[in-house]
Amino acid sequence: MSILRLGAGAGFQGDRIAPAVDLAERGKLDYLIFECLGERTIALAQQARSVDPTKGYDPLLERRMRAVLPACVRNSTRIVTNMGAANPLAAAEKTRAVARELGLTGLKVAAVMGDDVLDQIGEFVLDETGNRASVLGDRLVSANAYIGIDGLVAALDAGADVVICGRASDPSLFLAPLVHEFGWARDDWTRLGRGILVGHLLECAAQITGGYFADPGFKDVPDLANIGHPLAEVDSDGNAVITKLEGTGGRVSRATCIEQMLYEIHDPARYLQPDVVADFSKVNFEEIGPDRVAVTGGTGTKATGLLKVSVGYRDGWFGEGQISYAGANCVARGKLAISLVRERLAQTSSSIMEQRGELIGINSVWPSTHETANTAEVRMRYAAHCRDVLSAQSIGEEVEGLYLAGPAGGGGVTKGVREVLAIASTLMPTAKVATTFEIKGATHEAA
Amino acid sequence: MKLHDIAHARTGDKGDISNISVIAYDPANWSLIRDMVTAERVAAHFETFDVRDISRYEIPLLQALNFVIRGALAGGVTRSLALDAHGKCLASILLEMQIRSNK
Repeated sequence: MSILRLGAGAGFQGDRIAPAVDLAERGKLDYLIFECLGERTIALAQQARSVDPTKGYDPLLERRMRAVLPACVRNSTRIVTNMGAANPLAAAEKTRAVARELGLTGLKVAAVMGDDVLDQIGEFVLDETGNRASVLGDRLVSANAYIGIDGLVAALDAGADVVICGRASDPSLFLAPLVHEFGWARDDWTRLGRGILVGHLLECAAQITGGYFADPGFKDVPDLANIGHPLAEVDSDGNAVITKLEGTGGRVSRATCIEQMLYEIHDPARYLQPDVVADFSKVNFEEIGPDRVAVTGGTGTKATGLLKVSVGYRDGWFGEGQISYAGANCVARGKLAISLVRERLAQTSSSIMEQRGELIGINSVWPSTHETANTAEVRMRYAAHCRDVLSAQSIGEEVEGLYLAGPAGGGGVTKGVREVLAIASTLMPTAKVATTFEIKGATHEAA
Repeated sequence: MKLHDIAHARTGDKGDISNISVIAYDPANWSLIRDMVTAERVAAHFETFDVRDISRYEIPLLQALNFVIRGALAGGVTRSLALDAHGKCLASILLEMQIRSNK
């Protein structure tokens, strides 16, 4: 196989399904890859699993599989995804059930495990809190290592058509098929680094085909409403062309590729990954045709031997309320509303740890120092982080009270409360994390 | 002129760390951007955020800078009270920076 075709089916949990179906049907793909786990998603999934042991995988898994499996089977396209979230085994079981319902027989579905390190996280010190994870006690919800390609490659080597994992580093979902197909050595840092680059470019799906990019008059994107997802044509050395299907909206250009390469990157020469430290500092992008960009120059060095671990824990409650003011003197009335809520909350015995009042349209996102005398309308937002749920509820109630007892002409109150599921992180030696995979009931050691 | 006239940008987030790329539209403006958009000026631009420190990386082959900003996300997406908890808006805020050509 000289060129491998990888498509991005999803870039986040709630991503659109139709572009993935389009890729499955018309993309002549070898692999369709769905990246669906945000930083906090797996902790939420762990909570869902603790309520119902058959759940804890991606809520859209069934819909996605139902939508793409027929075309994937027809076109011999294998699927790799982290939609297993907190329960890859149940996700694999559900996928097999969907395949049966669709009349797709003989589909080999693998679940990859090992990222769940909750049972050994206690002794590790968390970066954000400076304390051992064990200090969190029963507030601790989840601990998942960002695993690399071991389990994924082993499952592909065993012939899996669909490979479902939980937490893995996002680019590893793309690197695994490349290592499986091209047989790259596990110390071939240059090719592994290039594979990570391809994965990093594709992992956010539409963010490289013109999404998260349009700036009217400066960076215009054609037919953004019908944006297509990207695919990569990768050669056996790891060099690639990034493109998208003809007839889809959006665009792939040098500019979209550079923005995505630097997205969520710190030192471009040291992108830390489980299997390699990728080096993007000498990468070049060349437009070789309409919506076709050649990627060269990626490289890499030896992995650090440490895995990042995300630790989810319950951290109190958020309460919020909003109210609008418009027309004459609205900024002053909005400011008065903020001070009233602050004064009222100070009088009650509240468990507020942190709070902020702001005017949307004036200073909510950019707390700038330049004053705005007036504008057509403002929306006052008051939010607080509280230890207990009742205090959090009181935030919205105080804002709602402004209807009758606040400044003139306040309307359109909304309020809300939610539990805070915070994420902290630490590093764990790779050797402490053993990955396994299971195909139809048989568990195998990976690597 | 504003940085927006000569560069485009994108924000990403990991925990409480934001990164903002700044990319020249025209390679001819690369040296101007490299000289004018210093870590110090970016820190001053974000003075109303609780920024702890800023690292700057240069990618000359792509005429791009990457800023790694610690502390700008009020604790990070999972525990921030900010409306834009990811800090997705920060790149466009940075593009408001004034740029003066020395030529």
